[in-house]
Amino acid sequence: MGFENFGTVSFTAEAKVADFITQLEAGKVMATRCRKCGGSYFPPKADCPKCLSSDVEWFEVKSQGKLLSYTVVNYGPSGFENDAPYILALVKFDEGIQILARLSRDIEEKDIKMGMNLTVNPAKLPDNRIAYEFRRA
Amino acid sequence: MEDVAIVGAGQSVFARSCGESIRELCFEAYKEALEGLDITGNDIDASVVCSAPEYDKQRSPSGLISEYLELTPKPTFYVETVCSSSSTGLRVAWSLIKAGLHKTVAVIGFQKMSELSSRDAAERMGRGGDIIWESPFGITMPAGYAMYARAHMARYGTTEEHLAKVRVKNSHYGVANPKANYRKELSLEDILNSEMITSPLKKFDCCANADGSSCIILAGGDVAKSITKKPIWVVGLGAATDTMSMAGRKSLTGLQCAQEAAKQAYEMAGVKPQDIDVAEVHDCFTVSELLAYEDLGFAKPGEGAGLLEDKETYVEGKIPVNVDGGLLSKGHPIGATGGSQIRTIVRQLRGEATEAQVKDAEIGLVHNIGGVGQYGNVTILRR
Repeated sequence: MGFENFGTVSFTAEAKVADFITQLEAGKVMATRCRKCGGSYFPPKADCPKCLSSDVEWFEVKSQGKLLSYTVVNYGPSGFENDAPYILALVKFDEGIQILARLSRDIEEKDIKMGMNLTVNPAKLPDNRIAYEFRRA
Repeated sequence: MEDVAIVGAGQSVFARSCGESIRELCFEAYKEALEGLDITGNDIDASVVCSAPEYDKQRSPSGLISEYLELTPKPTFYVETVCSSSSTGLRVAWSLIKAGLHKTVAVIGFQKMSELSSRDAAERMGRGGDIIWESPFGITMPAGYAMYARAHMARYGTTEEHLAKVRVKNSHYGVANPKANYRKELSLEDILNSEMITSPLKKFDCCANADGSSCIILAGGDVAKSITKKPIWVVGLGAATDTMSMAGRKSLTGLQCAQEAAKQAYEMAGVKPQDIDVAEVHDCFTVSELLAYEDLGFAKPGEGAGLLEDKETYVEGKIPVNVDGGLLSKGHPIGATGGSQIRTIVRQLRGEATEAQVKDAEIGLVHNIGGVGQYGNVTILRR
């Protein structure tokens, strides 16, 4: 399986990193690391442009991240109109990566604090779709 | 190598819905750019057509527009960096002339956004990000800039009122601009009380989608002087990028692509921020103008709001910015926007900006950003 069921609306299915979805369904959010130079990537890359190697390995994003910024989206684009309002957030993790995703719906806007600790977790969506979201650490 | 000058600059009226085809829309800007010059279309050696794809159905629009303007059989091609497409077009035209391939080049930017609903346009803009990893979460252009706004507020104490003051200024100047879509003066209360779109950005913190076109004609030095009495010289060009994904951003308190492009342009032109007499910056959102003050060195990081408090970016101030109303008043027909900003600076440097002329302006700057800080373009012009 590829990215066809990823997120509210997906726009393409095939990628060499489609294993990400298999692992997401197994409960893990993964990033890639180049076995040659150790460079870590999120969004995951199947290839390392620094050493032109495609010998990369998966690792799980397990640390507590910190909230860098967020916004409550009240106006969703076509395909997302029924999701709004939703909260997009950018979070920095100890693994040396940053991730953009939504905040879990059980976090209310009034409880959001810049720099708060969050984890990234798989999230089941309606219609057998899947994504990941940030939860309170 | 010979210098390159802008000899003609035009734009259509920017409107929510123009009721014309894209070729007719482009004609309006082309006509204004050529008027008063001692050349005809036959003297244009090549054209660079700039827009963002998927707003109208025409594929390969450069050929179509070239035919309508009777520029065939001269070469034409398409250039795209979303909202900064026509600044990129200017960079390409400059290179073509500098390289000696062509003497006179037209840069034609356009966008007809009214063919799509507002939500469909937002969807296209959402796909101006990383479509595998970020678009499926429902990211939008205002959401990306809203995250910059939130981070700037948290770090520097910037407030929603500071942001609103950008719109107060730009709406003031928009009233006088006959090419602008939005020509009503807005009060601080109007802006602060408008509907929240993506926090902390409200309706009046955002520019409107629009239909519009722009045309800039460039020529090599000797040709330029023979065509017009008032050539405006392209003395600084800067271009840089940042990551397509928001996940790749190293800072959320400024646009790194703009900082880098500005550095290049200042260096090439041999000028400093304090030498700039008038500027057009990419105010797709109020926060974008505030970030631009700092990214361009008009204010230190975190001190951009102070320029507004002191009215230093008004016509009478130290560094007038967007005194044509900016994107916030004019509207933002993506591919046409950079050319419109350049046109404003050309008119300022020629002393022809009758609506809001900056006294004796000699050096002007254009800051044009593609996407949420993905493509940064800074151009410095001199009379």
